[in-house]
Amino acid sequence: MEKADIGHHISQQFNQELEDVRNLVLQMGGIVEQQLVDAVQALTTMDTTLAEVVVTNDYKINRLEVEIDEECTHILARRQPAASDLRLLMAIIKTITDLERIGDEAERIGRMALKFSEGESKDTKALVGIGHMGELVRHMLHDSLDAFARMDAEAAAQIGRKDLKVDQEYENILRQLMTYMMEDPRSIPRVIGVMWSARALERIGDRARNICEYVIYLVKGKDVRHISFEQVEKDARDHNNNNQS
Amino acid sequence: MKDSTLTHGINLDALGRDSTASQLEDEQLALEVKNLNLFYGDSQALYDINMVVPQNRVTAFIGPSGCGKSTLLRCFNRMNDLVDGCRINGEITLHGDDIYSKAVNVASLRRRVGMVFQKPNPFPKSVYENVAYGLRIMGINDKRRLDEAVEKALKGAALWDEMKDRLDDNALGMSGGQQQRLVIARAIAIEPEVLLLDEPASALDPISTLKIEELIYELKENYTIIIVTHNMQQAARVSDYTAFLYMGKMIEYADTNTLFTNPNEKQTEDYITGRYG
Repeated sequence: MEKADIGHHISQQFNQELEDVRNLVLQMGGIVEQQLVDAVQALTTMDTTLAEVVVTNDYKINRLEVEIDEECTHILARRQPAASDLRLLMAIIKTITDLERIGDEAERIGRMALKFSEGESKDTKALVGIGHMGELVRHMLHDSLDAFARMDAEAAAQIGRKDLKVDQEYENILRQLMTYMMEDPRSIPRVIGVMWSARALERIGDRARNICEYVIYLVKGKDVRHISFEQVEKDARDHNNNNQS
Repeated sequence: MKDSTLTHGINLDALGRDSTASQLEDEQLALEVKNLNLFYGDSQALYDINMVVPQNRVTAFIGPSGCGKSTLLRCFNRMNDLVDGCRINGEITLHGDDIYSKAVNVASLRRRVGMVFQKPNPFPKSVYENVAYGLRIMGINDKRRLDEAVEKALKGAALWDEMKDRLDDNALGMSGGQQQRLVIARAIAIEPEVLLLDEPASALDPISTLKIEELIYELKENYTIIIVTHNMQQAARVSDYTAFLYMGKMIEYADTNTLFTNPNEKQTEDYITGRYG
């Protein structure tokens, strides 16, 4: 399904409805991405003001989720969409659930930033890895939203690789944080906070990957969730054997 | 092969589409169509149709007006024989018997392949006589056998409870939805193998339509059903397999779930999503 295809229904009204709901998703994605950037920055720079902005802005994401859900319900009821239109709506409904959760994770990081800035220690040593991981995750989210906007399954399929990097980074941070805790037990409460933030970023990576899976479903019509890499490889082999015989 | 060793991306090459053939393979077949071409005079109405119709399933034909879906439906009981200048080549077999062979008695073929039309067309007779009509023509006049068959057919058409006390009423006094179910009862009274439904609900209100659809679902236990419909949602609701025809060609034939969620052909996609191709 090509992006331009949304605009080719006989019913102009239907074109408009799909275009509107799609734009709302992109708008929501933009806000979520900004929340993520701000949350990570607030945490790594101990910026209380920015952290407060992140915490208060989450309502915008929640409101958009409800609005988009409602729009999708209306379209389903009134248009009984089929084929790519139906897949688009299913992908949207699932995507916004993940976006909303990403928003929650960003808010969680924001709250952590507030808590840190209230604490006595201004030591940012433990936060070094977070900045880098945040950047990785932000790229991943940005690319998945981009793949969604352009309905690019090829790009979406590649984003899984980035999730691997995010997972590795998460492992690295955990190891690092464990050393800090062993060196200075007084830092443990603080380090645990950092650990939760790293965990939140890792989850955002997973959810960005989910969005990519929905994009593949939308474009290719094939559900790629819960398929092990081994299975995908096996499918690939079987597929080729069939072609040869 | 691109990215065959990819371990953490998603391999798009591996996304083989579930083929319809594998599902149709498991089915017992009622009808087989091979290289069917049909002409009305000089103009060709059907081009190289090849398909199988599985037994005890509902197969729907969809497509825009004039695409040949009714024409194709009428091939299955040779209704096109009645059209002047209509020529057919190719083969249609019903449980292995070539229905266009010279040895075939068309009347007995139509006993095996019943048909119901868009507008209910009951005879101006009693409900009972409408249902018993085909049996009487077959030479069955034994009252007890007729009673049994009429009751069975009316029950089969979900009309018995409504009509059992009104069997002597004139059928023309029934509602449109009842008349259509009566006509279905008349068709199944002679126990055909295949039931052809040409837009059976298009003249009915939504509730009667749902009753007909429910009836179709029940009937497929005993009959092979082929339905032509303009209403795509209806095809999606009632059928197991759907064929999309366009300009006399069969563009796509797949199980209904696949066709309505992930069609293979762009023309199918454009039609079912209401796009101009």
